[in-house]
Amino acid sequence: MKRYSAFAVAREALRYHTGWERAWRSPAPKPHYDVIIVGAGGHGLATAYYLGKNFGITNVAVIEKGWLGGGNTGRNTTIIRSNYLQDPSAAIYEKARSLYETMSQDLNYNVMFSPRGVMMLAQTEHEIRGYKRTAHANALQGVQTEWIEPARVKELVPIINLHGPRYPVLGALWQERAGTARHDAVAWGYARACSDMGMDIIQQCEVTGVRVENGRVAGVETSKGAIDCEKMGMLVAGNASHLADMAGFRLPMESVALQALVSEPIKPCMDVVVMANTVHGYMSQSDKGEMVIGGGTDAANNYTQRGSFHHIEETVRALVETFPMVSRLKMLRQWGGIVDVTGDRSPLISKTPVDNCFINCGWGTGGFKSIPGSGWAMAELMATGHSPLTEEFSMNRFKEGKFIDESVAAGVAH
Amino acid sequence: MLILECPYCGVKAEETELAAGGEAHLKRFGPGSDEDQFHDYLFMRENPKGVHFERWRHANGCGKWFHAARCTTTLEVFGTYSAQTYEPPQEIKDKITAKRPGWSWREFSDGAK
Ligand SMILES: Cc1cc2nc3c(=O)[nH]c(=O)nc-3n(C[C@H](O)[C@H](O)[C@H](O)COP(=O)(O)OP(=O)(O)OC[C@H]3O[C@@H](n4cnc5c(N)ncnc54)[C@H](O)[C@@H]3O)c2cc1C
Ligand SMILES: [Zn+2]
Repeated sequence: MKRYSAFAVAREALRYHTGWERAWRSPAPKPHYDVIIVGAGGHGLATAYYLGKNFGITNVAVIEKGWLGGGNTGRNTTIIRSNYLQDPSAAIYEKARSLYETMSQDLNYNVMFSPRGVMMLAQTEHEIRGYKRTAHANALQGVQTEWIEPARVKELVPIINLHGPRYPVLGALWQERAGTARHDAVAWGYARACSDMGMDIIQQCEVTGVRVENGRVAGVETSKGAIDCEKMGMLVAGNASHLADMAGFRLPMESVALQALVSEPIKPCMDVVVMANTVHGYMSQSDKGEMVIGGGTDAANNYTQRGSFHHIEETVRALVETFPMVSRLKMLRQWGGIVDVTGDRSPLISKTPVDNCFINCGWGTGGFKSIPGSGWAMAELMATGHSPLTEEFSMNRFKEGKFIDESVAAGVAH
Repeated sequence: MLILECPYCGVKAEETELAAGGEAHLKRFGPGSDEDQFHDYLFMRENPKGVHFERWRHANGCGKWFHAARCTTTLEVFGTYSAQTYEPPQEIKDKITAKRPGWSWREFSDGAK
């Protein structure tokens, strides 16, 4: 692999950019791999990357039905934070956030990590209490967050209206080293590094069946033929129930649409991420100047990557109260993704009833931020059978009543 | 936009009039049930790609609960029916069979097998 560098840019400038090579190979599938990863989203690719980097397992195929990064990884609003309430969440999200800090250097790929700060507004008395509690929990977990008063909110976000008619801004939970990154670049960077280690990323190849022999995974049926494997990881987000069905087990999960939209590009006006969870709206400004806006999920099961218009309307209506300038913005694009929501709003990173078949899903509305930490932990689980980071996220927790309840903590968990 | 006809008041209600109530025809488990029964009842969801049965409430209308049969991959609505039933009526099953021959959902199916 040719490394990207300032020198490489200069060299290519002098020879009309004829020397750039493809970032990853597109090979035909081999009949057998040590590990098959289903789903080339951020989580699948990060898992493959750390299997190679941390455990030297490189006879790996990542199988993707569409194009890599075309699922939720390429559809999210890119918020990265780790200010969760429960200890197991804080551990894995903070691991992920810290890996984001050096990801561009590790991958030799600019993922544009921008630790610009994430602010979660408190707009009711309950939220004040909730976020102060989270700030205390974070202090114990070693995650740096703080409670800030309205005056400081206004200082950080001059365009905010503190005294909205329904929901005044009463303060905020502030995480200074949280922020955003370029979502496509995260997928592309991992894909390039995986391909460089000799792994096969097979796109346009849908897994249509899972072969189980004597209770153990033996391989998959795909639109490009059967492929055998020793171990398999399913990282297909909204399609997890469908994949599990192929392997003969069920999941405590439902798939629903979540939407986002962006405005026309405008001059820089907000250099932090603001989340308003009571009214279900959050916003940041992209490097191109677009205001990136996300809202709440639709209520009913859905696999179409399309959501209902009235949810967008609700989100924007709420944002207009807190950011009056939003009423003047023209919206350019809107899209949806199918998010995988579990009973306690926390992910499953787990062994399954099928031996050597592992699952990582249920990140729902908030799994972009966790990609590197999740991949790190999932690789450890798949390679060694155990990871301290994934222990509590087992799918058995619903039977044992050991929930990792983040729905109360986060309201909407992006 | 999702439009469901309320089987009680007959209004063709659009989504903002309705509240979603999750999976239909769940069998409830109470005191004395074992772990597996509680687990499946509370958390295990059908989450199918295709034909699905749901509970909805005509929240900003007559206020009543009812059932709907929908397709999660096309968002097509097959029909709505009363909440006072343990299973979809034959008429709804027939409507689904006409469009999705071979369908099945939990213990219900087109009856062809
Ligand atoms: C609108 C929106 C906004 C969001 N905002 C945020 C945010 O601000 N911050 C945040 O942290 N998270 C956010 N999220 C959530 C985040 O995007 C997801 O949790 C995360 O991207 C999931 O990554 P993944 O790799 O698990 O899934 P995906 O990226 O969806 O990848 C799964 C892949 O599996 C493939 N696949 C599925 N079935 C098969 C099959 N049968 N065979 C082969 N391949 C298959 C799919 O094509 C897909 O590419 C948001 C999500 C949405 C939709
Ligand atoms: Zn009615």
